[in-house]
Amino acid sequence: MDILVCIKQVPDTKDIKLDPETNTLKREGVESIVNPFDMYAVETALMLKDEWGGTVRAVTMGPPQAEQALREVVSYGVDEVALFSDRAFAGADTWATAYTLAKGIRKLGDFDLIICGKQAVDGDTAQVGPGLAQQLDLPFITFVRRIVKIELDSRTMVVERLMDDGYDVVETSLPALLTVVKEINELRVPSLKGKMKAKKIDIPIYSAADLEVDPDSVGLTGSYTQVIEVFAPKPRGNRIILEGETEEQVEKLLNGLTKDKVLSVKID
Amino acid sequence: MDYFLTEEQKMIQDLARQVAEEKVLPLRAELDENEEFSREIIKHFADADLLGLGIPEEYGGMGMGVFEQILATEQVARVCCGTAVTFGSGGLGAMPIIYYGSKEQKQKYLPDVASGKKLTAFALTESTAGSDASGIQTTAVRDGDEYVLNGTKQWITNAAEAEIYCVVAITDRSKGPRGSSIFVVEKGDSGFEFGKKEKKMGIRTSTTGELIFNDCRIPADRLISREGMGFIIAMKALDLSRPGVGILGVGLSQGAMEVAIEFAQTRIQFGRPIIAQQAVQHILADMATNIEAGRALIYAITKYIDSGAKNISKVSAMAKLFPTDMAMQITTNAVQILGGHGYMREYPVEKMMRDSKILQIFEGTNQIQRNVIGQELNKQFSSRKNKG
Ligand SMILES: Cc1cc2nc3c(=O)[nH]c(=O)nc-3n(C[C@H](O)[C@H](O)[C@H](O)COP(=O)(O)OP(=O)(O)OC[C@H]3O[C@@H](n4cnc5c(N)ncnc54)[C@H](O)[C@@H]3O)c2cc1C
Repeated sequence: MDILVCIKQVPDTKDIKLDPETNTLKREGVESIVNPFDMYAVETALMLKDEWGGTVRAVTMGPPQAEQALREVVSYGVDEVALFSDRAFAGADTWATAYTLAKGIRKLGDFDLIICGKQAVDGDTAQVGPGLAQQLDLPFITFVRRIVKIELDSRTMVVERLMDDGYDVVETSLPALLTVVKEINELRVPSLKGKMKAKKIDIPIYSAADLEVDPDSVGLTGSYTQVIEVFAPKPRGNRIILEGETEEQVEKLLNGLTKDKVLSVKID
Repeated sequence: MDYFLTEEQKMIQDLARQVAEEKVLPLRAELDENEEFSREIIKHFADADLLGLGIPEEYGGMGMGVFEQILATEQVARVCCGTAVTFGSGGLGAMPIIYYGSKEQKQKYLPDVASGKKLTAFALTESTAGSDASGIQTTAVRDGDEYVLNGTKQWITNAAEAEIYCVVAITDRSKGPRGSSIFVVEKGDSGFEFGKKEKKMGIRTSTTGELIFNDCRIPADRLISREGMGFIIAMKALDLSRPGVGILGVGLSQGAMEVAIEFAQTRIQFGRPIIAQQAVQHILADMATNIEAGRALIYAITKYIDSGAKNISKVSAMAKLFPTDMAMQITTNAVQILGGHGYMREYPVEKMMRDSKILQIFEGTNQIQRNVIGQELNKQFSSRKNKG
């Protein structure tokens, strides 16, 4: 089975901060990681490869330093990687990103399966996976939590899709695109040989010209949506949690409300 | 401290730390409580290529030195000493084969050890032979194309879990220590059984048990090197593996100190964190200083060993002695800093204190290490030429 995984480099959300003056993300000093949901996509691909053989490739669209994310997944066992990188790609929204990824993936060849994480933890849109499937004209299933079976002869697969109140069992033809949730598996650890390979591997970089994209469809120009403003929600006021017996709590509440002049009369 | 590790060495260190934190840490309390050995954890280390660090590349390993192996073991011990014992004891069990095995023996056993498919054990100790290894009673008698083993080995790490056992047995009692030999016995060999599994104070995530040889028949080609080499090989294997015990003390102490510092920064008594008390700071300062000293000692000695040094008994004894005595003190003090919390199983330091005691006992007690160092000093200073 030849599988392609789409990954994104994101700031480590554990230490993300907003600049209080400009209200933009502080990027300096923030470590970059592979989007955590994408790691489950990588693991899914590697497990399928362990079972069925074939290759696992990973791609990302991003700035030159996004190659670090690709090296990371090589250390886990991904065979080959490619970086789609060009100044023209900057500022892409989910549509322009999906378009660019689709152009790149077509260049790389045919795949039995494309796997993405359910969403990226920085943008949180969950749109690129489905958008990419549309661009590639592939069936897609989102929020996959289990792969039930694969039949390579009839080129079909059955998966479970996580829903709010249970799960759906869905069959699709192959090739297809899946987005996966973290319930699908437990990540493996990288290997020493993988890490050594990751350090050395040549990462091909594809520019806008290489991918023969329509210049009006990529980056900020090609984006249907634009970010007008990023702001931090106003901090909430002080909160007090009342403790004790119900009567005690009511007493405290009344006292507080009277003291803060929300209530003007004391009720006996 | 920066020890100027190569990029490859840093990779090994980082990877071992990652596996320990992701795969061992979440399970350690439960495994300790249930006295459970986890083959699954070992598989993660194997998948990470860390089990075969010391095995030559031609036999599926990474062909690294003792230094690289202790770098990895340190990171495992920082999280769980018992798991690190299993991780490291694979090394001791495989050493007789790596250093003295025939090409056929290496080909037969080492690739499976490197891949984690098979675990190894090293069996010397018996009820009559602890510190005094010459007290062993297990015999191996040649019978045509076979050897027949009889006897019982006790307190063997990885007993029943390992597939490959390097067993020291007497082949010619009249020759004393020169009359012992070392054999590979495989799990499943006829007449080879496992006795009781020990219940231990610490390192409960490592298995310790009895091996019983009752007319156990093995092909003659399981003999490692030749007859009479038993003690020489065993002593060489122990010399090479003792720094690996010392590093358990460094990793374990590091883990205990980290818990103690975090606790001391957050525990408020008398209106401020207890780390604000100089008495507490001094304990932590001594811990940090000793750990760095122990680490530097082992790093230096293992690099010396990897340089091909011949007579390493003294330095390898030092590399075991200092860090393991230190670990007992540091883990006890870590419990002290946590006070009552430290005594509860909810916090990891009581386990660390229990785990550390074994380090002063196995692979030669620390009294025996002092004997070795003392005897070597005496030898060294008796020949005037060799002073220094
Ligand atoms: C958990 C565990 C795992 C083990 N794993 C293995 C294994 O995988 N393979 C294996 O072969 N063995 C193993 N052993 C055995 C271990 O190596 C021995 O316990 C150790 O060598 C000490 O022997 P002993 O316990 O019989 O103590 P003894 O020799 O009975 O010593 C008792 C005390 O007397 C002191 N003493 C004895 N002789 C002297 C002396 N000459 N000078 C000063 N003091 C002396 C000792 O230091 C000690 O304090 C293991 C033991 C344990 C507890």
